[in-house]
Amino acid sequence: MAAAPNSVGGGSPGGFIGWIDQRFPLTKLWREQVSEYYAPKNFNFWYYFGVLSIVVLVNQLVTGIFLTMSYKPSAAEAFGSIEYIMRDLDWGWLIRYMHSTGASAFFIVVYLHMFRALLYGSYRKPRELLWIFGCLIFLLLMAEAFMGYVLPWGNMSYWGAQVITSLFGSIPIIGGGLVEWIRGDFVIADATLNRFFALHVAALPLALVFLVIAHLMALHEVGSNNPDGIEIKKLKGPDGHPLDGIPFHPYYTVKDLAGIAAFLVLFCAVIFFAPTFGGVFLEQANFEPANPLQTPPHIAPVWYFTAFYAMLRAVPSFAGTQVWGVLVMGAAIVVLFFLPWLDRSPVKSIRYKGPIYKVALGVFAISFVILCVCGMKPPSGIYPLLSRICTALYFAFFLLMPWYTKIDSVKPVPERVTGHA
Amino acid sequence: MDDLVKTNEQVDHGRRRLLTVATAGIGAVGVAFAAAPFLASWEPSARAKALGAPVDVDASKLEVGQMLKVVWRGQPVYVVHRGPDVLGGIADHEGELADPKSEDSLQPAYIKASGDARARNPEYWIGLAVCTHLGCSPLGAFEPHNASQVAGVDLGASWPGGFYCPCHGSRYDISGRVFKGQPAPKNLTVPAYAITADAKITIGVDEVGKAA
Repeated sequence: MAAAPNSVGGGSPGGFIGWIDQRFPLTKLWREQVSEYYAPKNFNFWYYFGVLSIVVLVNQLVTGIFLTMSYKPSAAEAFGSIEYIMRDLDWGWLIRYMHSTGASAFFIVVYLHMFRALLYGSYRKPRELLWIFGCLIFLLLMAEAFMGYVLPWGNMSYWGAQVITSLFGSIPIIGGGLVEWIRGDFVIADATLNRFFALHVAALPLALVFLVIAHLMALHEVGSNNPDGIEIKKLKGPDGHPLDGIPFHPYYTVKDLAGIAAFLVLFCAVIFFAPTFGGVFLEQANFEPANPLQTPPHIAPVWYFTAFYAMLRAVPSFAGTQVWGVLVMGAAIVVLFFLPWLDRSPVKSIRYKGPIYKVALGVFAISFVILCVCGMKPPSGIYPLLSRICTALYFAFFLLMPWYTKIDSVKPVPERVTGHA
Repeated sequence: MDDLVKTNEQVDHGRRRLLTVATAGIGAVGVAFAAAPFLASWEPSARAKALGAPVDVDASKLEVGQMLKVVWRGQPVYVVHRGPDVLGGIADHEGELADPKSEDSLQPAYIKASGDARARNPEYWIGLAVCTHLGCSPLGAFEPHNASQVAGVDLGASWPGGFYCPCHGSRYDISGRVFKGQPAPKNLTVPAYAITADAKITIGVDEVGKAA
């Protein structure tokens, strides 16, 4: 202890922080990741959804931990333990509604976060890996949400699990054995619920948190994109910092706090006044216990899966198997991973892209919303046709992108971000 | 530093690489073996398998047009007492069916050999109430030419009587044969069962006293 690190008068922070800094890179991390992380100064409204997804993740982790303290992961007790949480546990209703509303809020902010990337080309080089980490987070989030929806063991939980696990049964040859392996029984049963609980509360959250850290590390390595799609690192001032960059803290921490406040107002309004959101966030059929002998009259997943569910239903069976719909639904997710290499436009941001991309993105967004609606409706009337058209448009947006982004006209990209003083 | 460089030159790099690869390889095999018990623990347990025993059903009190739901292996099984109104027209819509001879569908050989009835006794149809699309439980819609017997769905005036799956709209005839152009690819599965002359049914075995 000769070279006492906490001796007064050292160059780096002394005292307690100095003591820590000699043993752990606390100040270094803070500077590199927050106070001296230079973000473009032209962030707009669309840049709130990254931080909001972290807020919702923390909400899910904290409320989830408290729910596990009163929830019983067995087919006999699960439904009753949810009623116990809602009725008998002090503030249990609030914790559960924060968790169930948080699930929907998670997908809302993540979908908007992904749409922001489509607007401003945030997936383009050098941010391909950042985008891929994001796609993996989206995929895990879907698994996490699906398994979480099974846990209350309501009738929609049961039949939703029945439908989704059956998807694996359509795989030729190994399908039947694979489904039994996933379920741990010949049907959805106690064993299935118990293992989904383990995955939902331990395995998947761990993987999610790990991927979120990787996503942020990749972001801070390459630097944030911006609404102009300009690399701010190209133009640096005499101090070595980007001319168009400002430190994340305090500028964006304060801006984000305002966004978080606005988000929480809306989030709390839903929790307090419309926690089921008219059957969209929590479906009516899930307020009765699981019944293996009685399929609900109309099965639909929660709203955030309905677009992909509509694609699944849009494809008829062919050659004695219904694996094609499953493949189309899977391809709808897989194609996202290839986006960085499908976009051949010389510019990143929609501000400088031509009319073809603007129309394509608009049609894509509208198709996705229509698919979301189709997936909620019964498979009759206009909806199957509408689903087929919109599925085709969804894939056309991605698969035709290498051609239409190449021939599209573009505007010249300025040297500096726009709107700077 | 010179000593270190010399030492490095003296190293047999080929041997070091072989040993590194061999160690990593053996380690990977060990990991694979260690993973096997964890993966196998997801298979249906001995208790789950034991619950797959045969089930006895007495259908003698079942009126024409009525249906019994029983549970076998945790799955719903339908027993339908079919009347002459539906049995009479059972061969009339073969052209509209995806698999009228049940070539691609699952059933015991004696059911396949029974033709349009898909039953050991044509009056009683027995089958798994598990839609071959994604495992929902189809609803009974047994009345022929009644287009509105399922709430909110128009079955059409030519409806011959059968099953309608509420999840994705698959339609089956009264023998559980799927119509063309439906999400479901196959006819409803018929389990092995034995039936006596007075409609005592045992589901899960071909003959009473013999394992399926």
